[in-house]
Amino acid sequence: MSSITGNEVIHQYLRHNKKFPHVLCAGCGHGIVLGTLIRSIHSLSIPKDDVVVVAGIGCSGRLAVYVDFNTVHTTHGRALSFATGIKMANPKLNVITIMGDGDALSIGGNHLIHAARRNIGVTALVLNNNIYGMTGGQSSPATPAGSTTMTNPYGQLDKSFDTVELARGAGANYVARGTVFHVNKLESIMTEAIQRSGFSLVEAITPCHTQFGRKNKYKSSVDMYKWLKKTAIPVERYEKMSEKEREGRMPIGEFVKKDRTGFEEKYYAMQADFLKAEAKGGK
Amino acid sequence: MPRRKKRKEIFALGNEAVVEGALLAGCSFYGGYPITPSTEIMEIMAQRLPMIKDGVFIQLEDEIASMGAVIGASMAGRKAMTATSGPGFSLMQENLGYAIMAEAPMVLVNVMRGGPSTGLPTCPAQGDVQQARWGTHGDHPIIVLSASNVQECLDMTITAFNMAEKYRTPVILLLDEVTSHTREKIELPNEGEYEVFSRSVPSMPPEWYKPYEETVRGVPPMPPIGSGYRFHVTGLTHDRNGFPTQRPSEVVELMDRIHRKIDQFFYDIQLVDEIQTDDCEICVIAYGSVARSAELAVQQARANGVKAGLLKLKTLFPYPRRHTEKILAKAKTLVVPEMNMGQMSREVKRVNMGHASVRTINRIDGQIVTPSEILKVIMQG
Ligand SMILES: Cc1ncc(C[n+]2csc(CCOP(=O)(O)OP(=O)(O)O)c2C)c(N)n1
Ligand code: SF4
Repeated sequence: MSSITGNEVIHQYLRHNKKFPHVLCAGCGHGIVLGTLIRSIHSLSIPKDDVVVVAGIGCSGRLAVYVDFNTVHTTHGRALSFATGIKMANPKLNVITIMGDGDALSIGGNHLIHAARRNIGVTALVLNNNIYGMTGGQSSPATPAGSTTMTNPYGQLDKSFDTVELARGAGANYVARGTVFHVNKLESIMTEAIQRSGFSLVEAITPCHTQFGRKNKYKSSVDMYKWLKKTAIPVERYEKMSEKEREGRMPIGEFVKKDRTGFEEKYYAMQADFLKAEAKGGK
Repeated sequence: MPRRKKRKEIFALGNEAVVEGALLAGCSFYGGYPITPSTEIMEIMAQRLPMIKDGVFIQLEDEIASMGAVIGASMAGRKAMTATSGPGFSLMQENLGYAIMAEAPMVLVNVMRGGPSTGLPTCPAQGDVQQARWGTHGDHPIIVLSASNVQECLDMTITAFNMAEKYRTPVILLLDEVTSHTREKIELPNEGEYEVFSRSVPSMPPEWYKPYEETVRGVPPMPPIGSGYRFHVTGLTHDRNGFPTQRPSEVVELMDRIHRKIDQFFYDIQLVDEIQTDDCEICVIAYGSVARSAELAVQQARANGVKAGLLKLKTLFPYPRRHTEKILAKAKTLVVPEMNMGQMSREVKRVNMGHASVRTINRIDGQIVTPSEILKVIMQG
């Protein structure tokens, strides 16, 4: 595969019968996340037919329409519940959900907690742009305290959710965070997440200059990428820092790496036992 | 002629009969959240499905997730169902609209209880009739079935799955607490005695397949996700390829087809039982457990020399219009008893258009409508 360029890889996975251009603003980080997803799947040599991309509603949710996999654009916040049904119905499929921060943490928060607790074998990508992009910049559970949004014109009062801590607390098998500035790192954690059994979550920090940046101190998308570069540091380093040094910094990397068996595997193993016992004549 | 194999008889609860019917129809996926008076459906599914090859039972975190999981399973090729009651039914409405738009077959059983809100959890009611028709947003066709006794719970569940698969649409089975919690002797049909319909799958090569293309019946074939036909599914208004569109011609094409695939087949979808309607001068129109009281009332009226009849609705929506019109040619009075403030009598009046006098009997106190109540109104003429 070394002879083809990154773009050529991407083109193999885009839908030729879909009318482009796409709906994303120039400079939006969402496209970069989609690129890393495609390259991860490509590097794992997973056949297109075995991949199901299940998206929620938001700018992030629209990504599914462009890629040549089995794609399902569900209802706002519910991607993980559709994904759970698909995975249980056909455990051979690689089921990947794409959700926004509003999608995953607000309206879909309950599904996220329970998908993690249940440890269903789904890979959840949370595209965190700290805002509701598609509806025009209202605050989300990930909007940092103090920032301004359409529904927080006087500043966000409450603390924002930490997606990683939430997923860890709920019992996810694999939890990692990356940013669209640190693309290679994002790609490697995504690849790891797709490979793992059980529930994996990758939070991708992706800037929305149109809705978040504009209202805050980032005039252009370049400003936002610079902000990511400055804020994000590897979790290994972050852990050695003092409370004061940590201020305003965000750890990225792998936070949870467990190998619990996925819910669907356990379920089908239980069923196989029943059927074996029945075949022997007992019940 | 070989003698027909004797049918197995069981003594079953209405809710249990629903499970039997579902399994006979090929249901292999149940996702749900418990709520009275539908819970036994879920509990019995929890016992039965894991014992069947590839049968999946999963308890979800709420009714919204239940609908999501059931639609997901349906798209992955399963015959899937969920069951709920009033408050849960309300939570399912958004994804119900999704299932209609994405054309995902599935069966949703709602055992009605008294409302609004948490209302009368253990009491019978028929208050969700119009919610079943119009609960989800937007203009949409819907198929709503009902059952008035335990045998019908089984039969109508099979019918619900068949219609869901045939028309690629969610089908709602509306039951009431009395029917669900009645225990009666029923017959399990032998294999081959009942129709089992499964959705059509595409036979063309994947490159030719258009997931939302027009067909003779208006129902496009539906391959399971992961079988080599890759396409996009969305709740947004979409073109034939499944991609979002706002182009008026494509919007109208989709909406027309979704309606037409149901409208075209009214004769297959609108099911009723007609009891003593041939010469009836007064006709009771009833559904669910109330239809049972009505049947007794009609018999008693006949014994008293009154030409009474019963039109028992097994399909509530699309409302069985042509069956009602036939009765309107002879009956002077229609009596519509129901356990609500008049949700079905509205439909009857709409079709009646002043031909006959329409008398309603409405109970909203969590009590059943008795035969004598109905008889009294029949005898008043
Ligand atoms: C039930 C429901 N409520 C509200 C909406 C409106 N809505 C559409 S997208 C969205 C938020 C999107 O924000 P996010 O999930 O963070 O994704 P982004 O657009 O930022 O990628 C909302 C509230 C909806 N579609 N459905
Ligand atoms: S509004 Fe924000 S999230 Fe949406 S496409 Fe534009 S930049 Fe991206």
